[in-house]
Amino acid sequence: MSELPLAVSGLSVAYQGQTVLRRVDFELPAGSLMGVVGPNGAGKSTLLKACLNLIPTSSGEVRFFGRPYRDVRHRVAYIPQRESVDWDFPVRAVDVVAMGLYRQIGWFRPVRKRHLDQAHAALAKMGIAELAGRQIDQLSGGQQQRVFLARALVQGADLYLMDEPFAAVDASTERAIVEILRGLRAAGKTAVVIHHDLQSVRDYFDRVLLLNGRVIATGPVEETFTAENLQAAYQGRLVVLDRLSESGVAKAVGS
Amino acid sequence: MTHISLAVPEIGSSLLAAMGRLGLGDHNTRVVVFASVLLGLASGGVGVFTLLRRRALIGDALSHAMLPGIGVAFLIGSTFGDFGKNLLLLLTGALASGLLGVFTILGIRRWSRTQEDAALGIVLSVFFGLGLVLLGLVQQIGGGHAAGLESFIYGKTASITIRDAFWIAAISVPALALVLVLMKEWSLVCFDEVQARVGGLPIGMVDVVMMGAVVAVLVVGLQAVGVILMIALLVIPAAAARFWTQRVSTMVLISALIGGLSGMVGSLVSAVAEDWPSGATIVLVAASIFGFSLFAGTRRGLFARYRERQSARRQAIGEVNA
Repeated sequence: MSELPLAVSGLSVAYQGQTVLRRVDFELPAGSLMGVVGPNGAGKSTLLKACLNLIPTSSGEVRFFGRPYRDVRHRVAYIPQRESVDWDFPVRAVDVVAMGLYRQIGWFRPVRKRHLDQAHAALAKMGIAELAGRQIDQLSGGQQQRVFLARALVQGADLYLMDEPFAAVDASTERAIVEILRGLRAAGKTAVVIHHDLQSVRDYFDRVLLLNGRVIATGPVEETFTAENLQAAYQGRLVVLDRLSESGVAKAVGS
Repeated sequence: MTHISLAVPEIGSSLLAAMGRLGLGDHNTRVVVFASVLLGLASGGVGVFTLLRRRALIGDALSHAMLPGIGVAFLIGSTFGDFGKNLLLLLTGALASGLLGVFTILGIRRWSRTQEDAALGIVLSVFFGLGLVLLGLVQQIGGGHAAGLESFIYGKTASITIRDAFWIAAISVPALALVLVLMKEWSLVCFDEVQARVGGLPIGMVDVVMMGAVVAVLVVGLQAVGVILMIALLVIPAAAARFWTQRVSTMVLISALIGGLSGMVGSLVSAVAEDWPSGATIVLVAASIFGFSLFAGTRRGLFARYRERQSARRQAIGEVNA
């Protein structure tokens, strides 16, 4: 059964009369880690939100595992940008992770010890078991990001959509997230990750989607992550420091 | 009791009188205190989510916008018979005009370029002004019949009857039950609406139930506390509770207890000291607890924060020396 975790066809999004995404098409095979790369304002976050029905779309179709999103919510986990929530909220790290289980727990039922145990295990996977009882406003940016990732992991989803998980995190958090991504791939899971650091794309991902209002190129990293495609995506806003070699040394101005 | 009487004779004797009233089983006082405590518990409980959902200002506008509805309801009631002061009719009127106020705010925000805070300010004061004028007119027309309507402005717990207390209980108890049963869902919507939507939670419905509980408590609290101060009873206990805890469930518990305590002490003081308006007294008691929590709160109080900073500094100095 080789159903595609994610298939997007002809997806367009307009916001206040402005077209943000124009006819986006791509397919994502199972077991792949795809980086979504593009300049600021390219519509990367918009793409994830549109896939999840969080914002209205003007046209197009999105299928998760061959079905509309509402039928397969339990197989998809979304990790929004860290700034999207109020970190001053009165909860502990473990409570936030347990929120990933609320769907499974269901209406009117309380969070029980076994749910908290699951949340603890997810935090341990992210290497921050000792922070379980910590108030979330006392976590560093990297630790908050790990809590968000743990909340996604605890859902046991098959597809993970992540909006800039590497933004402003410390080196050890970055390593921890990469480890998790590789573990997910090894387990046959799939991830779509919005990413800013062009230098690490080749290291972290096996597929890439270059986006700038429309799909510039998408496919396996080796074939797709080329100097020409990057120039097309960034339209001169890219300073290629070196000839884009195996290490992919390139910097995006203003990202 | 003796040392109090010696120190402050008047207050002491009033307290004794109050105890006497309670001790004698004064029916009215018991009803009033019972109703105020219930109201405080409920508004403290649902108030936590008003605060966490950042809807405190909407609640404020809503409660102020209820006043004209009371005037209109009285007019209708006395035109079509002698039930101008039927509580259910008055509260229905309050609810209708409160909701009209909120929809006006949403409409202004949507159809004009006016910011939400400006829209709130406009609707709040215009509806409240309209309510004051209407109540003034009603009292001129209705004369003695309309007496007591002004209690909806400032609150008058002493006028709570056993029927009113029944309504307060009929709303407060289910509201508290909703808080307990839906705590998980309400917390998620307050903390991370996006996650709630991605997970398939019907946000609109959850919000309607949450705001519905808040509005219901506001409406039944009108007569006891008054439209101006009812919002304070929703917000202050919750804000005070935040200083003591870092968990929603504990915050709900503490907030409800602060609300209940404020209701009890406030209504007792107001029952004894006749010229202390009950709504204001209840709110002042809550505010005193808030002030105390602001300093002494074990989690986020000023004292706790100061000690935290001090220990962080000592640690830093220690590290430098080491």
